[in-house]
Amino acid sequence: MPHLAVNELRARYGALDVLKGVSFSIEKGQVVALVGPSGSGKSTVLRTLVGLTPATGGNVMINDDRIDFASTASLRRARDQIAIVFQQYNLFQNMRIIDNVTVAPTKIKKRPKAEVRADAERLLAMVGLADKLQAFPDQLSGGQQQRVAIARALALHPEILLLDEVTSALDPELVNEVLDSIRQLAEDGMTMVLVSHEMAFVREIADQVVFMDGGVVVEHGPPAQLFDNPKTDRARNFFGKILRH
Amino acid sequence: MDRIIEQIPRFFTADNMVLLLQSAGLTLAMTLVGCVIGFVLALVLVFLRQTPGKWAIPLRIICVTYVEVFRRIPFLVVIYLVLFFIQTVATNASLFTIAVISICIYAIAYTAEIIRGGLESVPTTQMEAARAMNFGRLRTMLTITLPQAWPIIIPPAIAFAVSFIKDTALVSQIGVFELTFRGKELNNQGYSGVLVFGTIALCYFLMSFPLSMLGQYLEKRLATPRGQRTSRKIRRT
Repeated sequence: MPHLAVNELRARYGALDVLKGVSFSIEKGQVVALVGPSGSGKSTVLRTLVGLTPATGGNVMINDDRIDFASTASLRRARDQIAIVFQQYNLFQNMRIIDNVTVAPTKIKKRPKAEVRADAERLLAMVGLADKLQAFPDQLSGGQQQRVAIARALALHPEILLLDEVTSALDPELVNEVLDSIRQLAEDGMTMVLVSHEMAFVREIADQVVFMDGGVVVEHGPPAQLFDNPKTDRARNFFGKILRH
Repeated sequence: MDRIIEQIPRFFTADNMVLLLQSAGLTLAMTLVGCVIGFVLALVLVFLRQTPGKWAIPLRIICVTYVEVFRRIPFLVVIYLVLFFIQTVATNASLFTIAVISICIYAIAYTAEIIRGGLESVPTTQMEAARAMNFGRLRTMLTITLPQAWPIIIPPAIAFAVSFIKDTALVSQIGVFELTFRGKELNNQGYSGVLVFGTIALCYFLMSFPLSMLGQYLEKRLATPRGQRTSRKIRRT
Protein backbone atom coordinates (compact mmCIF):
# COMPACT_ATOMS: atom_id res chain seq x y z
CA MET A 1 0.00 0.00 0.00
CA PRO A 2 1.55 3.32 -1.04
CA HIS A 3 1.82 6.06 1.57
CA LEU A 4 0.53 8.61 -0.92
CA ALA A 5 -1.14 7.78 -4.22
CA VAL A 6 -2.07 10.51 -6.68
CA ASN A 7 -4.38 9.28 -9.44
CA GLU A 8 -5.29 11.29 -12.51
CA LEU A 9 -5.23 14.53 -10.51
CA ARG A 10 -6.65 17.50 -12.40
CA ALA A 11 -6.73 21.21 -11.58
CA ARG A 12 -7.29 24.45 -13.42
CA TYR A 13 -6.75 28.17 -12.93
CA GLY A 14 -9.78 29.78 -14.54
CA ALA A 15 -10.02 28.42 -18.06
CA LEU A 16 -6.46 27.12 -18.03
CA ASP A 17 -6.00 23.40 -17.36
CA VAL A 18 -2.85 23.24 -15.24
CA LEU A 19 -2.99 19.57 -14.26
CA LYS A 20 -4.37 17.27 -16.91
CA GLY A 21 -4.31 13.98 -15.06
CA VAL A 22 -1.21 13.54 -12.90
CA SER A 23 -0.50 10.17 -11.33
CA PHE A 24 2.32 8.95 -9.12
CA SER A 25 2.67 7.14 -5.85
CA ILE A 26 5.15 7.12 -3.04
CA GLU A 27 6.01 4.53 -0.40
CA LYS A 28 6.53 5.34 3.25
CA GLY A 29 9.93 6.95 3.87
CA GLN A 30 10.55 7.61 0.19
CA VAL A 31 11.46 10.89 -1.44
CA VAL A 32 9.84 11.81 -4.73
CA ALA A 33 11.10 14.78 -6.72
CA LEU A 34 8.85 16.55 -9.19
CA VAL A 35 10.96 18.14 -11.90
CA GLY A 36 10.19 19.85 -15.16
CA PRO A 37 10.11 23.22 -16.87
CA SER A 38 8.40 26.27 -15.34
CA GLY A 39 4.65 26.12 -15.75
CA SER A 40 4.56 22.35 -15.98
CA GLY A 41 2.32 22.12 -12.91
CA LYS A 42 4.80 20.85 -10.31
CA SER A 43 3.93 23.40 -7.64
CA THR A 44 0.23 23.07 -8.45
CA VAL A 45 0.42 19.37 -7.56
CA LEU A 46 1.68 20.30 -4.08
CA ARG A 47 -0.86 23.11 -3.70
CA THR A 48 -3.67 20.80 -4.72
CA LEU A 49 -2.59 18.15 -2.21
CA VAL A 50 -3.16 20.63 0.65
CA GLY A 51 -6.31 22.09 -0.90
CA LEU A 52 -4.89 25.53 -1.76
CA THR A 53 -5.74 24.94 -5.41
CA PRO A 54 -9.02 23.07 -5.83
CA ALA A 55 -8.79 19.74 -7.60
CA THR A 56 -11.22 19.39 -10.49
CA GLY A 57 -10.78 15.66 -10.98
CA GLY A 58 -8.90 12.53 -10.02
CA ASN A 59 -8.27 11.39 -6.51
CA VAL A 60 -5.61 11.25 -3.83
CA MET A 61 -5.19 8.49 -1.27
CA ILE A 62 -3.19 8.80 1.92
CA ASN A 63 -2.68 5.41 3.57
CA ASP A 64 -5.71 4.14 1.64
CA ASP A 65 -7.82 7.01 2.97
CA ARG A 66 -9.35 8.80 0.00
CA ILE A 67 -9.31 12.60 0.20
CA ASP A 68 -12.55 14.20 -0.89
CA PHE A 69 -11.48 17.69 -1.90
CA ALA A 70 -15.08 18.92 -1.81
CA SER A 71 -15.43 18.00 1.84
CA THR A 72 -13.96 20.34 4.43
CA ALA A 73 -13.68 17.53 6.97
CA SER A 74 -11.78 15.30 4.53
CA LEU A 75 -9.49 18.17 3.55
CA ARG A 76 -8.79 18.95 7.20
CA ARG A 77 -7.89 15.30 7.74
CA ALA A 78 -5.49 15.44 4.79
CA ARG A 79 -3.88 18.65 6.09
CA ASP A 80 -3.46 16.93 9.44
CA GLN A 81 -1.16 14.46 7.75
CA ILE A 82 0.52 16.62 5.12
CA ALA A 83 2.63 19.72 5.79
CA ILE A 84 3.96 22.04 3.13
CA VAL A 85 7.01 24.31 3.02
CA PHE A 86 6.68 27.18 0.56
CA GLN A 87 9.20 28.70 -1.80
CA GLN A 88 8.80 32.10 -0.11
CA TYR A 89 8.78 30.59 3.42
CA ASN A 90 5.49 32.39 4.30
CA LEU A 91 6.40 32.71 7.97
CA PHE A 92 3.86 34.71 9.95
CA GLN A 93 5.47 38.14 10.02
CA ASN A 94 3.70 39.22 13.21
CA MET A 95 5.01 36.34 15.29
CA ARG A 96 8.34 35.51 16.84
CA ILE A 97 10.13 32.45 15.49
CA ILE A 98 9.12 30.27 18.43
CA ASP A 99 5.47 31.32 18.03
CA ASN A 100 5.59 30.61 14.30
CA VAL A 101 6.55 27.05 15.14
CA THR A 102 4.21 26.52 18.09
CA VAL A 103 1.04 28.32 17.00
CA ALA A 104 -0.50 25.56 14.88
CA PRO A 105 0.35 22.60 17.16
CA THR A 106 -1.11 24.40 20.21
CA LYS A 107 -4.06 26.25 18.67
CA ILE A 108 -5.07 23.83 15.94
CA LYS A 109 -3.86 20.44 17.08
CA LYS A 110 -4.53 21.33 20.74
CA ARG A 111 -1.37 19.66 21.98
CA PRO A 112 -0.07 20.63 25.45
CA LYS A 113 1.86 23.91 25.38
CA ALA A 114 4.91 22.69 27.31
CA GLU A 115 5.29 19.63 25.09
CA VAL A 116 4.93 21.72 21.91
CA ARG A 117 7.42 24.28 23.19
CA ALA A 118 10.02 21.61 23.93
CA ASP A 119 9.38 20.04 20.54
CA ALA A 120 9.75 23.42 18.79
CA GLU A 121 13.02 24.15 20.59
CA ARG A 122 14.34 20.74 19.58
CA LEU A 123 13.34 21.26 15.93
CA LEU A 124 14.79 24.77 15.79
CA ALA A 125 18.01 23.42 17.28
CA MET A 126 17.98 20.67 14.65
CA VAL A 127 17.89 23.27 11.86
CA GLY A 128 20.60 25.28 13.64
CA LEU A 129 18.47 28.13 14.95
CA ALA A 130 18.34 27.50 18.68
CA ASP A 131 19.50 31.08 19.31
CA LYS A 132 16.77 32.74 17.24
CA LEU A 133 13.65 31.75 19.18
CA GLN A 134 12.71 35.32 20.08
CA ALA A 135 13.58 36.91 16.73
CA PHE A 136 11.00 38.04 14.20
CA PRO A 137 11.12 36.65 10.64
CA ASP A 138 12.33 39.95 9.15
CA GLN A 139 15.42 39.76 11.36
CA LEU A 140 16.55 36.49 9.74
CA SER A 141 18.22 35.75 6.42
CA GLY A 142 16.32 33.89 3.71
CA GLY A 143 18.09 30.64 4.51
CA GLN A 144 17.31 30.96 8.18
CA GLN A 145 13.67 31.76 7.45
CA GLN A 146 13.41 28.74 5.21
CA ARG A 147 14.84 26.52 7.95
CA VAL A 148 12.26 27.96 10.37
CA ALA A 149 9.59 27.11 7.80
CA ILE A 150 10.85 23.52 7.75
CA ALA A 151 10.82 23.38 11.56
CA ARG A 152 7.30 24.84 11.55
CA ALA A 153 6.11 22.15 9.16
CA LEU A 154 7.79 19.39 11.18
CA ALA A 155 6.23 20.65 14.43
CA LEU A 156 2.90 19.54 12.99
CA HIS A 157 4.25 15.96 13.03
CA PRO A 158 3.22 15.36 9.44
CA GLU A 159 3.35 11.96 7.84
CA ILE A 160 4.21 13.53 4.50
CA LEU A 161 6.22 16.68 3.90
CA LEU A 162 5.84 18.73 0.72
CA LEU A 163 8.71 21.05 -0.23
CA ASP A 164 7.99 23.59 -2.95
CA GLU A 165 11.22 24.87 -4.52
CA VAL A 166 12.50 25.63 -1.05
CA THR A 167 15.90 26.81 -2.22
CA SER A 168 15.02 28.85 -5.30
CA ALA A 169 14.44 32.11 -3.41
CA LEU A 170 17.76 31.83 -1.58
CA ASP A 171 21.20 33.26 -2.24
CA PRO A 172 23.54 30.52 -3.48
CA GLU A 173 25.56 30.44 -0.27
CA LEU A 174 22.40 29.85 1.77
CA VAL A 175 21.17 26.92 -0.32
CA ASN A 176 23.34 24.32 1.36
CA GLU A 177 22.15 25.07 4.87
CA VAL A 178 18.59 24.28 3.78
CA LEU A 179 19.59 21.23 1.75
CA ASP A 180 21.43 19.88 4.80
CA SER A 181 18.22 20.07 6.81
CA ILE A 182 16.33 18.17 4.09
CA ARG A 183 19.10 15.54 3.84
CA GLN A 184 18.70 14.97 7.56
CA LEU A 185 14.95 14.46 7.19
CA ALA A 186 15.45 11.96 4.39
CA GLU A 187 17.87 10.03 6.56
CA ASP A 188 15.28 10.02 9.34
CA GLY A 189 12.78 8.37 6.99
CA MET A 190 10.37 11.25 6.34
CA THR A 191 8.13 10.73 3.32
CA MET A 192 8.69 13.75 1.11
CA VAL A 193 7.51 15.15 -2.19
CA LEU A 194 9.73 17.93 -3.36
CA VAL A 195 9.79 20.28 -6.28
CA SER A 196 13.33 21.30 -7.04
CA HIS A 197 15.62 22.67 -9.70
CA GLU A 198 18.69 21.45 -7.81
CA MET A 199 19.31 18.42 -10.01
CA ALA A 200 22.46 17.28 -8.22
CA PHE A 201 20.53 17.33 -4.98
CA VAL A 202 17.58 15.50 -6.53
CA ARG A 203 19.91 12.82 -7.89
CA GLU A 204 21.42 12.40 -4.44
CA ILE A 205 18.28 12.40 -2.34
CA ALA A 206 15.31 11.24 -4.43
CA ASP A 207 14.18 7.63 -4.69
CA GLN A 208 12.01 8.49 -7.61
CA VAL A 209 11.88 11.38 -10.05
CA VAL A 210 8.67 12.45 -11.75
CA PHE A 211 9.25 14.52 -14.86
CA MET A 212 6.29 16.74 -15.68
CA ASP A 213 5.53 18.92 -18.66
CA GLY A 214 2.34 20.65 -19.73
CA GLY A 215 0.37 19.39 -16.74
CA VAL A 216 1.08 15.69 -17.28
CA VAL A 217 3.68 13.20 -16.09
CA VAL A 218 5.91 12.56 -19.09
CA GLU A 219 8.21 10.03 -17.48
CA HIS A 220 9.12 8.77 -14.06
CA GLY A 221 11.66 6.48 -12.52
CA PRO A 222 14.80 6.38 -10.35
CA PRO A 223 17.04 9.45 -10.78
CA ALA A 224 19.87 7.54 -12.45
CA GLN A 225 17.54 6.12 -15.07
CA LEU A 226 15.74 9.38 -15.76
CA PHE A 227 18.83 11.58 -15.79
CA ASP A 228 21.13 9.25 -17.72
CA ASN A 229 18.78 7.24 -19.96
CA PRO A 230 15.50 9.06 -20.42
CA LYS A 231 13.07 7.19 -22.65
CA THR A 232 11.13 10.14 -24.03
CA ASP A 233 12.46 12.86 -26.30
CA ARG A 234 10.95 15.54 -24.11
CA ALA A 235 12.77 14.30 -21.00
CA ARG A 236 15.99 13.77 -22.95
CA ASN A 237 15.77 17.30 -24.27
CA PHE A 238 15.05 18.78 -20.81
CA PHE A 239 17.70 16.85 -18.88
CA GLY A 240 20.14 17.28 -21.75
CA LYS A 241 19.88 21.03 -21.37
CA ILE A 242 20.02 21.32 -17.60
CA LEU A 243 22.48 18.55 -16.77
CA ARG A 244 25.06 19.84 -19.21
CA HIS A 245 26.02 22.55 -16.69
CA MET B 1 -15.87 94.07 20.40
CA ASP B 2 -16.66 96.08 23.51
CA ARG B 3 -19.73 93.88 23.99
CA ILE B 4 -17.63 90.76 23.88
CA ILE B 5 -15.10 92.09 26.41
CA GLU B 6 -17.91 93.18 28.64
CA GLN B 7 -19.54 89.69 28.45
CA ILE B 8 -16.40 87.70 29.17
CA PRO B 9 -16.63 87.74 33.01
CA ARG B 10 -20.34 86.88 32.83
CA PHE B 11 -19.78 84.11 30.25
CA PHE B 12 -16.86 82.28 31.85
CA THR B 13 -18.72 81.45 35.04
CA ALA B 14 -18.41 78.11 36.80
CA ASP B 15 -21.99 77.23 35.82
CA ASN B 16 -21.44 77.89 32.12
CA MET B 17 -18.12 76.04 32.16
CA VAL B 18 -19.73 73.01 33.80
CA LEU B 19 -22.43 73.09 31.10
CA LEU B 20 -19.80 73.29 28.37
CA LEU B 21 -17.76 70.51 29.95
CA GLN B 22 -20.84 68.30 30.20
CA SER B 23 -21.60 68.92 26.54
CA ALA B 24 -18.02 68.30 25.53
CA GLY B 25 -18.12 65.06 27.54
CA LEU B 26 -21.34 64.07 25.80
CA THR B 27 -19.80 64.83 22.39
CA LEU B 28 -16.73 62.73 23.20
CA ALA B 29 -18.81 59.92 24.68
CA MET B 30 -21.10 59.75 21.63
CA THR B 31 -18.14 59.72 19.28
CA LEU B 32 -16.16 57.14 21.24
CA VAL B 33 -19.06 54.76 21.93
CA GLY B 34 -20.40 55.08 18.38
CA CYS B 35 -17.02 54.67 16.70
CA VAL B 36 -15.82 51.81 18.93
CA ILE B 37 -19.04 49.79 18.51
CA GLY B 38 -19.04 50.75 14.83
CA PHE B 39 -15.45 49.54 14.45
CA VAL B 40 -16.18 46.18 16.07
CA LEU B 41 -19.28 45.70 13.92
CA ALA B 42 -17.27 46.75 10.87
CA LEU B 43 -14.82 43.92 11.64
CA VAL B 44 -17.77 41.51 11.68
CA LEU B 45 -19.10 42.97 8.43
CA VAL B 46 -15.74 42.61 6.69
CA PHE B 47 -15.45 39.02 7.92
CA LEU B 48 -18.93 38.22 6.56
CA ARG B 49 -18.16 40.05 3.32
CA GLN B 50 -15.15 37.81 2.74
CA THR B 51 -17.11 34.59 3.22
CA PRO B 52 -16.23 32.38 0.26
CA GLY B 53 -18.58 30.11 -1.66
CA LYS B 54 -21.66 30.45 -3.81
CA TRP B 55 -24.05 30.09 -0.89
CA ALA B 56 -22.62 33.28 0.61
CA ILE B 57 -23.30 35.46 -2.45
CA PRO B 58 -26.46 37.06 -0.91
CA LEU B 59 -24.50 37.75 2.28
CA ARG B 60 -21.70 39.40 0.34
CA ILE B 61 -24.20 41.48 -1.66
CA ILE B 62 -25.87 42.69 1.55
CA CYS B 63 -22.50 43.69 3.06
CA VAL B 64 -21.33 45.51 -0.08
CA THR B 65 -24.69 47.26 -0.47
CA TYR B 66 -24.64 48.42 3.15
CA VAL B 67 -21.17 49.95 2.77
CA GLU B 68 -21.85 51.54 -0.60
CA VAL B 69 -25.22 52.99 0.44
CA PHE B 70 -24.26 54.45 3.80
CA ARG B 71 -21.04 55.97 2.49
CA ARG B 72 -23.10 57.94 0.00
CA ILE B 73 -25.76 59.32 2.34
CA PRO B 74 -25.11 62.57 4.25
CA PHE B 75 -24.72 61.95 7.97
CA LEU B 76 -27.59 64.33 8.73
CA VAL B 77 -29.93 62.18 6.64
CA VAL B 78 -28.77 59.07 8.54
CA ILE B 79 -29.58 60.85 11.81
CA TYR B 80 -33.12 61.68 10.67
CA LEU B 81 -33.63 58.16 9.29
CA VAL B 82 -32.59 56.63 12.62
CA LEU B 83 -34.65 59.18 14.58
CA PHE B 84 -37.86 58.46 12.69
CA PHE B 85 -37.29 54.73 12.50
CA ILE B 86 -36.45 54.35 16.19
CA GLN B 87 -39.41 56.51 17.19
CA THR B 88 -41.73 54.08 15.45
CA VAL B 89 -40.30 50.97 17.14
CA ALA B 90 -39.15 52.31 20.53
CA THR B 91 -40.90 55.51 21.44
CA ASN B 92 -38.98 56.02 24.67
CA ALA B 93 -35.47 55.76 23.17
CA SER B 94 -33.25 58.62 24.35
CA LEU B 95 -31.79 61.11 21.92
CA PHE B 96 -28.32 59.99 23.07
CA THR B 97 -29.15 56.41 22.00
CA ILE B 98 -30.41 57.65 18.65
CA ALA B 99 -27.24 59.72 18.16
CA VAL B 100 -24.98 56.79 19.06
CA ILE B 101 -26.85 54.42 16.73
CA SER B 102 -26.54 56.97 13.90
CA ILE B 103 -22.81 57.35 14.48
CA CYS B 104 -22.48 53.59 14.66
CA ILE B 105 -24.27 53.01 11.37
CA TYR B 106 -22.11 55.60 9.66
CA ALA B 107 -18.88 54.43 11.29
CA ILE B 108 -19.50 50.81 10.23
CA ALA B 109 -19.69 51.81 6.56
CA TYR B 110 -16.54 53.94 6.65
CA THR B 111 -14.32 51.84 8.90
CA ALA B 112 -15.33 48.64 7.07
CA GLU B 113 -13.57 50.01 4.00
CA ILE B 114 -10.53 50.98 6.08
CA ILE B 115 -10.40 47.49 7.60
CA ARG B 116 -10.91 45.77 4.26
CA GLY B 117 -8.10 47.80 2.72
CA GLY B 118 -5.83 46.89 5.64
CA LEU B 119 -6.60 43.18 5.46
CA GLU B 120 -6.10 43.12 1.71
CA SER B 121 -2.65 44.66 2.15
CA VAL B 122 -1.47 41.47 3.90
CA PRO B 123 0.02 39.09 1.30
CA THR B 124 -2.33 36.21 0.44
CA THR B 125 0.58 33.83 1.03
CA GLN B 126 0.14 34.45 4.76
CA MET B 127 -3.45 33.20 4.57
CA GLU B 128 -2.38 30.25 2.43
CA ALA B 129 0.21 29.20 4.99
CA ALA B 130 -2.47 29.37 7.67
CA ARG B 131 -4.99 27.42 5.58
CA ALA B 132 -2.44 24.73 4.84
CA MET B 133 -2.07 24.30 8.61
CA ASN B 134 -5.84 23.96 9.09
CA PHE B 135 -6.45 27.45 10.50
CA GLY B 136 -10.10 28.45 10.15
CA ARG B 137 -11.05 31.79 8.58
CA LEU B 138 -11.82 33.52 11.87
CA ARG B 139 -8.64 32.34 13.56
CA THR B 140 -6.59 33.36 10.51
CA MET B 141 -8.11 36.82 10.63
CA LEU B 142 -7.64 37.26 14.38
CA THR B 143 -4.16 35.80 14.75
CA ILE B 144 -2.48 36.33 11.37
CA THR B 145 -4.02 38.99 9.15
CA LEU B 146 -5.43 41.54 11.60
CA PRO B 147 -2.21 41.85 13.66
CA GLN B 148 -0.33 42.51 10.41
CA ALA B 149 -2.98 44.90 9.12
CA TRP B 150 -3.15 47.13 12.24
CA PRO B 151 -0.44 49.53 10.96
CA ILE B 152 -2.59 50.12 7.88
CA ILE B 153 -5.93 50.23 9.73
CA ILE B 154 -5.27 52.19 12.93
CA PRO B 155 -4.10 55.61 11.58
CA PRO B 156 -7.04 56.21 9.20
CA ALA B 157 -9.48 54.73 11.73
CA ILE B 158 -8.32 57.21 14.37
CA ALA B 159 -8.40 60.03 11.81
CA PHE B 160 -11.99 59.04 11.05
CA ALA B 161 -12.96 59.09 14.75
CA VAL B 162 -11.25 62.45 15.26
CA SER B 163 -13.05 63.97 12.31
CA PHE B 164 -16.27 62.53 13.68
CA ILE B 165 -15.90 64.57 16.86
CA LYS B 166 -16.67 67.54 14.60
CA ASP B 167 -19.40 65.77 12.64
CA THR B 168 -21.33 64.98 15.83
CA ALA B 169 -22.28 68.68 15.76
CA LEU B 170 -24.97 67.54 13.34
CA VAL B 171 -26.80 65.59 16.04
CA SER B 172 -27.62 68.98 17.62
CA GLN B 173 -30.26 69.08 14.88
CA ILE B 174 -32.34 66.50 16.74
CA GLY B 175 -31.81 68.22 20.10
CA VAL B 176 -28.98 66.27 21.71
CA PHE B 177 -27.26 68.49 24.27
CA GLU B 178 -23.87 68.21 22.67
CA LEU B 179 -21.42 71.05 22.29
CA THR B 180 -22.91 72.86 19.30
CA PHE B 181 -26.43 72.60 20.70
CA ARG B 182 -25.18 74.08 23.98
CA GLY B 183 -23.56 76.88 22.00
CA LYS B 184 -26.84 77.75 20.33
CA GLU B 185 -28.54 77.75 23.71
CA LEU B 186 -25.97 80.09 25.26
CA ASN B 187 -26.18 82.31 22.18
CA ASN B 188 -29.95 82.46 22.62
CA GLN B 189 -29.40 83.55 26.23
CA GLY B 190 -27.88 86.73 24.82
CA TYR B 191 -24.17 85.94 24.83
CA SER B 192 -22.21 87.12 21.82
CA GLY B 193 -22.15 84.55 19.04
CA VAL B 194 -18.46 85.19 18.47
CA LEU B 195 -17.68 84.62 22.14
CA VAL B 196 -19.84 81.51 22.45
CA PHE B 197 -18.87 79.79 19.23
CA GLY B 198 -15.23 80.91 19.59
CA THR B 199 -15.21 79.03 22.90
CA ILE B 200 -17.04 76.06 21.34
CA ALA B 201 -14.47 75.99 18.50
CA LEU B 202 -11.67 75.96 21.09
CA CYS B 203 -13.38 73.03 22.86
CA TYR B 204 -13.56 71.04 19.61
CA PHE B 205 -9.90 71.79 18.98
CA LEU B 206 -8.88 70.73 22.50
CA MET B 207 -10.75 67.43 22.07
CA SER B 208 -9.50 66.68 18.56
CA PHE B 209 -5.89 67.79 18.77
CA PRO B 210 -4.60 65.30 21.38
CA LEU B 211 -6.37 62.47 19.56
CA SER B 212 -4.80 63.58 16.27
CA MET B 213 -1.42 63.58 18.00
CA LEU B 214 -2.10 60.07 19.30
CA GLY B 215 -2.99 59.04 15.75
CA GLN B 216 0.24 60.49 14.39
CA TYR B 217 2.28 58.84 17.14
CA LEU B 218 0.68 55.47 16.44
CA GLU B 219 1.20 55.93 12.71
CA LYS B 220 4.92 56.51 13.21
CA ARG B 221 5.22 53.75 15.78
CA LEU B 222 3.35 51.21 13.70
CA ALA B 223 5.18 52.15 10.51
CA THR B 224 8.49 51.16 12.12
CA PRO B 225 9.35 47.64 11.05
CA ARG B 226 8.73 45.19 13.87
CA GLY B 227 12.28 43.91 13.76
CA GLN B 228 13.73 47.38 14.31
CA ARG B 229 11.43 48.03 17.26
CA THR B 230 12.48 44.78 18.85
CA SER B 231 16.17 45.38 18.35
CA ARG B 232 15.81 48.83 19.97
CA LYS B 233 14.15 47.21 22.93
CA ILE B 234 16.87 44.61 23.16
CA ARG B 235 19.59 47.27 23.11
CA ARG B 236 17.93 49.23 25.90
CA THR B 237 17.66 46.28 28.25
